Amino acid sequence: MDYPVILATLLILSCAGFYLGRRRAIVASGGSLRALHSLPSYYGFYIAVWAGVPALILFLVWIAAQNSVIDHLVQAALPDPLRALAPDRKALLMADIRNIATGNVVRAQPDAAVAAAAEHYKRLAELSRWMLVAAMLLLTSLGTFVAYRRIDPAMRARNAVERAARWFLIVCSTIAVFATIGIILSLLFEALRFFDRVPVGEFLFGLRWSPQEALRADQVGSSGSFGAVPVFTGTLLITAIAMLVAGPVGLFAAIYLSEYASPRVRNWVKPVMEVLAGIPTVVYGFFAALTVAPFIRDLGLSLGLDTASESALAAGLVMGVMIIPYVSSLADDVINAVPQSLRDGAYGLGATRSEAVRHVVIPAALPGIVGALLLGVSRAVGETMIVVMAAGLSAKLTANPLDNVTTVTVQIVTLLVGDQEFDSAKTLSAFALGLVLFVVTLGLNVIALRVVQKYREKYD
Amino acid sequence: MTDARPAFIPSERQRALVARGIRRRRRAERRFQAYGIAAIVFAVSMLALLLVSVAGQGWSAFLQTNITLEVALPKDEIDPDGKGAAAIREANFQAIVEDALFRKLGVSGRDDERLAAKMISAGSDAILRDRVLADPALVGKTVTIALPAHSDIDMAWKGHIRRGAPEQDRVVKDRQFQWLDALAKAGAVHTGFNWRFFSLGDSNEPELAGILGALTGSAYTMLVTLLLCFPIGVAAAIYLEEYAPKNRLTDLIEVNINNLAAVPSIVFGLLGLAVFLNFFGLPRSAPLVGGMVLSLLVLPTIIIATRASFKSVPPSIREAAYGLGASKMQVILHHVLPLAMPGILTGTIIGMAHALGETAPLLMIGMKAFIAAPPVSPLDPATALPAQVFIWADKPERGFQEKTAAAILVLLVFLVMMNALAVYLRRKFERRW
Repeated sequence: MDYPVILATLLILSCAGFYLGRRRAIVASGGSLRALHSLPSYYGFYIAVWAGVPALILFLVWIAAQNSVIDHLVQAALPDPLRALAPDRKALLMADIRNIATGNVVRAQPDAAVAAAAEHYKRLAELSRWMLVAAMLLLTSLGTFVAYRRIDPAMRARNAVERAARWFLIVCSTIAVFATIGIILSLLFEALRFFDRVPVGEFLFGLRWSPQEALRADQVGSSGSFGAVPVFTGTLLITAIAMLVAGPVGLFAAIYLSEYASPRVRNWVKPVMEVLAGIPTVVYGFFAALTVAPFIRDLGLSLGLDTASESALAAGLVMGVMIIPYVSSLADDVINAVPQSLRDGAYGLGATRSEAVRHVVIPAALPGIVGALLLGVSRAVGETMIVVMAAGLSAKLTANPLDNVTTVTVQIVTLLVGDQEFDSAKTLSAFALGLVLFVVTLGLNVIALRVVQKYREKYD
Repeated sequence: MTDARPAFIPSERQRALVARGIRRRRRAERRFQAYGIAAIVFAVSMLALLLVSVAGQGWSAFLQTNITLEVALPKDEIDPDGKGAAAIREANFQAIVEDALFRKLGVSGRDDERLAAKMISAGSDAILRDRVLADPALVGKTVTIALPAHSDIDMAWKGHIRRGAPEQDRVVKDRQFQWLDALAKAGAVHTGFNWRFFSLGDSNEPELAGILGALTGSAYTMLVTLLLCFPIGVAAAIYLEEYAPKNRLTDLIEVNINNLAAVPSIVFGLLGLAVFLNFFGLPRSAPLVGGMVLSLLVLPTIIIATRASFKSVPPSIREAAYGLGASKMQVILHHVLPLAMPGILTGTIIGMAHALGETAPLLMIGMKAFIAAPPVSPLDPATALPAQVFIWADKPERGFQEKTAAAILVLLVFLVMMNALAVYLRRKFERRW
């Protein structure tokens, strides 16, 4: 029985419970529905909840736990020489066993012990599934039985169902918390495993980044070094270029739209800027790699400058274009929030529009503008596809925008895409970079929020 | 009586000073305004440049150059014993197609034949075989069939490969250009709509690569995302807006939702890789996992939209429902939620459009695989439309560049449709209370 079939069966049983409960309530009311505490359908929902929810919870817990339990049992039953393997070899062996058991093709003919273990694994998985089905059926029928027995006209079915619904709402609203916890735990856990092999100091302050490790022991020249400073400076360089584009352009666009533009112009330009925000980043990446980068290279070469074909300038420029709408719409909001009386005061003193903007509106809106710029920086740091497609792979310590540099996100993608052994320092280093990325973007967002809240001028 | 003070009369010098100052200030004003206009012109022209460059590179991928050949289907080569379909499947159609091609071009000799074979697609034999399988009566006759040209020839015919360049720098050689001209003169070269682009999965041959696999993968991914994030997002928003007491836990949840909206999307990919794939052991490259990761990404959007549209339902509706004896849950589910639905749907569609274009988290969970056959369930390995764009953008062949831009155009068409639907819903159902 497949999982979708199990879930569909549960749904059908639950629906059957609904009709059972409703009929039971109507019958119990003895023909006058007014004798019931709740509407008949609430009695139906009451049974449906009792029939469905416990079994569903069991199902979720079961599939979350069964893999590790089966792994454990299979490992315990392995013959001694295999059981004595080092942990990483053993993980590979288990992966092989799982692959054979699920029918995936593996490269070579497995030896007898592995094949036996795979057979064992398969049997256990089958057994686990049937046990799950049996347990779920038991729970469903038990729940239906208990709920059915409880139904009588005086029972407050609506209250009970609403209580259950409210719990559902609470659980749903905590998913955001669990997602954050999941992100932090998974990043921290893998990063700590990385820092077991590479010291934190070397990672944060080392000047050489070449994560290639020797695949075989006799290979030369690829011991792998994990000093992430060149990666960080590359990220900074591209972010700086992007903000040099997005900052002024976004701010001036926002000022023009909110202070100068007629409503008609605004109604046209604002949606166009929103289109810029809606374009997928992979499209910007394509644009950067195939249109902007060759153009900048040709331009640079024609000026006699040594320009890389994947220059930081191209990626940064296009990233800046991507960030313009974020900066401009956030800045637009804060500029519009500055009360008109301040502008009128400035005009009354004889200021021109631009003087009112520069000396009154901008200072009043400054915290919001700083916040908008910080959010723009956070977006630039975390942006992935543009740099993956248009920036380079080589980690260089350089501030030359015509050179090619690499970024944190590029490294994460190149380290984790493709075939990977999960236990090497190379793949784990991606999680360490991810942790840095998460902390930095989170920090930028928190600072932006604080700046906006703390320094906001209150006008009434 | 007081002395009337004499009016202030500025001197000539002072007046000139003020006039100069005003000129300067007006100039500054014009300059400032020009900066604003320049900023907007820059942003809009970058958008225009982007769209024009993608459309300019991509439109020709919707056309395919076909070469019409008269292929003889000798019975003794295909089906000598009259075994029907089984024999047709075994037959060497490549030799048959090449035979027809060489005869048409009049080539002989090893080198020429090798070069000539590259005039038509490597999948030509399969196309011919399918044609014969569909109509076995063709065996023993001669059919006229339009076969897709090899991608390089396609590029040359569309003018993307210049004849002027030195021969060793081009993938299409002089001989091939001569053959192409000869074929064109004989009326055997036609350009038609590229149906294969929409009916095939990925391929190593640009002329046989299509986006059906990516579209199916994207559809499954979006389905999973919608099924997960819509109920969860709406439920979470209802709780936070209507029930949640003002306490630490509620604050924590709200802060978390805002943070989730600001986390870079690639971090969600790392979460999916570490938790969904490695911890829970879900299948790699599957739309199920992609949908789960993307639903976390869309969740904040839906929650924020739902809360905003709940706030806009006037209290009189609630009070009327309470007055008729409805419970709180009944007020919310029977009255407020239906009235808030247009706003929720608009927010959901915008969130889904964002998810459709999201690439980085999908790369992390392996939805970048080479998928020739479209997936048939959310658990099969698959790729998605933006990931397909990324895969093709990496390929060196000139033919794939055109396909990449065309896939982007398809993606943009979907995004435009979704956003138009959102705008339509907002216009149609927006109510002023």
